[in-house]
Amino acid sequence: MSGKTLYDKIWDAHLVSQREDGTSLIYIDRHLIHEVTSPQAFEGLRLAGRLPWRADANFATPDHNIPTTKSERDQGLEGIKDPVSKIQVTTLDNNCDEFNIFELKMTDMRQGIVHVVGPEQGATLPGMSIVCGDSHTSTHGALGALAHGIGTSEVEHVLATQCLMQKKMKNMRVQVNGLLKPGVTAKDMVLAIIGRIGTAGGTGCTIEFAGEAVMALSVEGRMTVCNMAIEAGARAGLIAVDQSTIDYIEGRPFAPKGEVWEMAVQAWKQLVSDPDAHFDEIVELEAADIEPQVTWGTSPEMVASINGSIPMITDESDPTKRESISLALDYMGLAGGTKIKDIKLDCIFIGSCTNSRIEDLREAAKVVEGKKVAATVEVAMVVPGSGLVKQQAEAEGLDKIFIAAGLEWREPGCSMCLAMNADQLGDGKHCASTSNRNFEGRQGFGGRTHLVSPAMAAAAAIHGHFVDVRDFT
Amino acid sequence: MRKFSVEQGLVLPLDRANVDTDFIIPKQFLKSIKRTGFGVNLFDEHRYLDKGEPDSDNSKRPLNPDFVLNQPRYQGCKILLARDNFGCGSSREHAPWALDDYGFRVVIAPSFADIFLNNCFKNGLLPVVINQETISKLFRDTQANEGYSLTVDLAEQTITRPDGSVIAFEVDSFRKNCLLNGLDDIGLTLEEADTIKAFEDKWRQKSPWYFTTTSV
Repeated sequence: MSGKTLYDKIWDAHLVSQREDGTSLIYIDRHLIHEVTSPQAFEGLRLAGRLPWRADANFATPDHNIPTTKSERDQGLEGIKDPVSKIQVTTLDNNCDEFNIFELKMTDMRQGIVHVVGPEQGATLPGMSIVCGDSHTSTHGALGALAHGIGTSEVEHVLATQCLMQKKMKNMRVQVNGLLKPGVTAKDMVLAIIGRIGTAGGTGCTIEFAGEAVMALSVEGRMTVCNMAIEAGARAGLIAVDQSTIDYIEGRPFAPKGEVWEMAVQAWKQLVSDPDAHFDEIVELEAADIEPQVTWGTSPEMVASINGSIPMITDESDPTKRESISLALDYMGLAGGTKIKDIKLDCIFIGSCTNSRIEDLREAAKVVEGKKVAATVEVAMVVPGSGLVKQQAEAEGLDKIFIAAGLEWREPGCSMCLAMNADQLGDGKHCASTSNRNFEGRQGFGGRTHLVSPAMAAAAAIHGHFVDVRDFT
Repeated sequence: MRKFSVEQGLVLPLDRANVDTDFIIPKQFLKSIKRTGFGVNLFDEHRYLDKGEPDSDNSKRPLNPDFVLNQPRYQGCKILLARDNFGCGSSREHAPWALDDYGFRVVIAPSFADIFLNNCFKNGLLPVVINQETISKLFRDTQANEGYSLTVDLAEQTITRPDGSVIAFEVDSFRKNCLLNGLDDIGLTLEEADTIKAFEDKWRQKSPWYFTTTSV
């Protein structure tokens, strides 16, 4: 019998029961909650007269609708100008109060994007099963947790039963051999992976990211990679536990302490795939082949290296793909064959659950330090992922570097990644964004998104068009 | 949950791959705290020529005459014919809510994104996976024949064409049973409450570090 993958191990440990056809009940250790996908679930509980199975497994914070300017935030809930957004945030507050659920409210300085705050607070631990009504829950797999997004019906199911009903997914390993070249980041790695396997490449699978290049990443970088597993179609991404994982968690507020900590660490050290484990699918990439990446279309798989060009429609033989490229270029207002470096930017967005952690802000600050945002760039903003990231960045003086260079320094939230608050990309405007989705209208009606790393976004801010950040640092 | 047995209706061909959930229902409509009323904003950015807001009077907004949903021949459609990786992106259940609220009962595609597929089953909306070749033929037939309709029978796992020919499809047996009988997942799971409790007690003993309380 072959060994177990990391996914097999966590799945087996959480298996409550299994029907003959494989439909299983999986116990959920941590349920993260935000304001957008939870109100209907709480309402369902109330209508059925149910209570949360285990209130203390839940952890909530509002993030999607939260305003990010200081003047708005100083007004608390009154600062949310859109009345519909305000109702949603207030509803989360009321639901958490009613059901005795821990919430970092909008006015709490620890508030932030749920996928930044969870790990930061130690609410995400290795070997946990974690769900959230948000597809980017895959982020938490960076700490060796089995984490994935669920719909609102499942949010209600988890609240009521502490379990999720599902079938086991397949095991896929994406292995990145060797080390990334200097100036190439976790974001470039994951965009290159998506470019290789496609946006449906991981459908039906849990992807374990492995290999020297992956394990050499900081925990923050690993979160960037796992965050975008869903953009490759996989509900969950995973990375083995090593000393970096354990060092990252130690001392965080919700992490175990003392004797329990020692026991936990011993258990967590087993959270790696066995050498003889079976994977249904294996993809290998060479880290040295990966260059800084830029998306040019309306799907994350539409990606090219900074020194490359947008493909010609005529180069694609598959008619459905040709149609997709044609629709994408039409929407993006770009022509096939255009050099990536010739794409001009109107807006720069540094933030989101993909890239708003302290390390991301440090990388961006290093690039813009002592320089000025190009005059042609209309909006450039940095939105830290949490209040604590913001505090740390300010302690390091990063805010001053950004402001001096002409970037706006904002308050934490999801912001222009999906533009549910007032931070919206204008119609027809091109944005270099450190977020995760370049779908039509994602950052604002008619907005044109190019996904890049924080360093590449920062370099684009200075030059007004894409450049190879390695030429300027 | 509403039961699903047999649905017969007009087919709407949405001929593009990787239709994401932002395409199905844009973010500004996710601010609602209800489960209903999303149908008028289904495919909003393609269906209308202007930008919609939650408080817009949709009856006064300019329609995009080129978008397939607005073409007179497809009015009253109940079956959505789609391409690969339908429903990718965000986990928003508002996507199946919007499709359902508009009147769709079935989505047929060569492949679906996982979370969307799951969300459909929770809402009595049947996703049917059919091979690429048959999908392409259905697209051609739908586009060529005004009033083209199909009959989808879940119990028999068949799609019947107007000429009486039949396409068989696979469906997860557990989910099929839930849909046919309109079973509530939570109710089903709570029948196993004792098993869950027993598991939880054992798990708490084995891994107490996952049970530190979140009330710092």
